[in-house]
Amino acid sequence: MEAFLDFEKPIAELENKIRELRHLADTGDADIGEEVARLEAKAGALLVDTYANLTPWQKTQVARHPNRPHFGDYVSRLIDGFTPLAGDRAYGDDPAIRGGLGRFRGRPVMVIGHERGNGTEGRIRHNFGMAQPEGYRKAARLMKLADRFGIAILTFVDTPGAYPGIGAEERGQSEAIARSIETCLSLSVPLLSVVIGEGGSGGAIALASGNRVMMLEHAIYSVISPEGCASILWRSAEHARQAAEALKLTARDLMGFGVIDTVIDEPVGGAHRSPPGAIDATGDAIEAAFMSLDNLDGGQLKSSRREKFLKMGRNGLYGGPNRA
Amino acid sequence: MNWLTNFVRPKIRALVSKRETPENLWEKCPSCGQMVFHRDLEANHRVCPQCDYHFRLSPRERLTQMFDDGRYERVEVPEVAADPLKFRDSKRYADRLKESRTKTDEHEAMVIAVGRLGGLETVMAAQDFGFMGGSMGLAVGEALIKAAEEAVSRHAPLVVIAAAGGARMQEGVLSLMQMPRSVIAVDDVREAGLPYISILTDPTTGGVTASYAMLGDISIAEPGALIGFAGPRVIENTIRESLPEGFQRAEYLLEHGMLDLVVHRRDLRTALTHLLALLTSAEAIRDVPPATDPLLALPSGAHLDGVA
Ligand SMILES: [Zn+2]
Repeated sequence: MEAFLDFEKPIAELENKIRELRHLADTGDADIGEEVARLEAKAGALLVDTYANLTPWQKTQVARHPNRPHFGDYVSRLIDGFTPLAGDRAYGDDPAIRGGLGRFRGRPVMVIGHERGNGTEGRIRHNFGMAQPEGYRKAARLMKLADRFGIAILTFVDTPGAYPGIGAEERGQSEAIARSIETCLSLSVPLLSVVIGEGGSGGAIALASGNRVMMLEHAIYSVISPEGCASILWRSAEHARQAAEALKLTARDLMGFGVIDTVIDEPVGGAHRSPPGAIDATGDAIEAAFMSLDNLDGGQLKSSRREKFLKMGRNGLYGGPNRA
Repeated sequence: MNWLTNFVRPKIRALVSKRETPENLWEKCPSCGQMVFHRDLEANHRVCPQCDYHFRLSPRERLTQMFDDGRYERVEVPEVAADPLKFRDSKRYADRLKESRTKTDEHEAMVIAVGRLGGLETVMAAQDFGFMGGSMGLAVGEALIKAAEEAVSRHAPLVVIAAAGGARMQEGVLSLMQMPRSVIAVDDVREAGLPYISILTDPTTGGVTASYAMLGDISIAEPGALIGFAGPRVIENTIRESLPEGFQRAEYLLEHGMLDLVVHRRDLRTALTHLLALLTSAEAIRDVPPATDPLLALPSGAHLDGVA
């Protein structure tokens, strides 16, 4: 069963009509082939047009689409011989962040990412990709392990944010995120990060302080969710649409700010309509990014990563500083 | 802006500033409701004499309390891009900034200063909760980077006094990027072999806690300070349970192993001076009174005999 988003209603209606006509054709009436072709062309054009002009709020919905490929889907299509590695060695293992060793197109890599889970049961098991401190501590542990053995690191970012709970606070959610960022910035191996769905705030940057940061075309990346921003600044979550506009959270916006390096095109109608196409395009972007870092030694990888972040907000961005 | 608004206004403002007007000679304690005479409050480091509530401090008040003789020099913070998102909600961000500047007489939410602590040259960054909730945007990130550079070039310790609700939403993802930037800043101090001390005051939450505030070589909080990643209301709404007594308060974090010390404001300067002198192998410190809290080590060797 395909899950349509509210703005996809006209497309869904056309596709329903096509399905009904096909059903009629099956039951004998042969004169509708032309009509089906016409409607299919119309639906296709509408899909292209809709997805070429998604608003920030619509992109937010696409980024969170339940059928969108998640961490596990990327790993099974892109990583050979993935071996999961668990635990933070202090308290537990957090299923909201997964990690492990494998090979990406022949290259040994440490893969780490948020897992949102598939299906109701999967989403609950992985806590909708909202990590506990153990998740960030596991991520930091695995990054340090990779660093020691000169293994490149690939992170997939897809989270509504770090989990806001009593236990998470008691066990140092803030400290865990801060240390994970610190670990990202200390590495002497390449660190590539791809925002595949939702890049939610501190829980996202904890895994994304990388040499190259990439985003899928319809992914979002923001300091706060549109709903959270709306409830604080507009005093009502119903203004999420306006907040999404104001926050400038689309891949194109972030490219303009110099916060990300690459926008990865998605198949027509979004990654959820054709996961293999989206994952393969992501794979190609990852390969190109790894190759662009191949000539840098450990010290250069670390210093260029730090420079990249230090530059943000300095002269040169948005044509230099100006007074309000 | 003309000459009049630039130069005359601040002086007039100072003359009629809140603290000077007669009706403000008394301040109400937000915790116990007691009216406190302003001189008593100042004499007690702006801590309520009745209930020990630590009033929030402006960077000026804080820096004056901390440095030797209340003397310090400000360090200019480089200008950053203003309102990069052209953000507007019910109000324009540009207007909110202007209001905060008028209200606080500060340019942004983090003030950098150099001064002496028990004679030891120290760089201090004080965050201003009164300036848009102390929120961290480009300017706060830049201030931390500048403070770290200043510490490294002077070969002086860095002390950051955090007070913020979190990231500056109005700067969108660019405010999120201040998390790695601030981490780079404090790590540069560490890599130079210098101490970085984090002082967490009420409140320290969100992206500020999840970056520089929790990375101190030593982390100290003021009593009762709210410290956390998610705000208490967000947590309550998520889990739909009431929160434990004292949850996310400084003492609670201390119990859970997240802080080194909770220090009463009257002892803060002494404790900090003592620790910095030890960490930097500085000569015996000068002109710092002994701590009143018996748990804290006393600052001069002469007093050590009395410690059990
Ligand atoms: Zn009181």
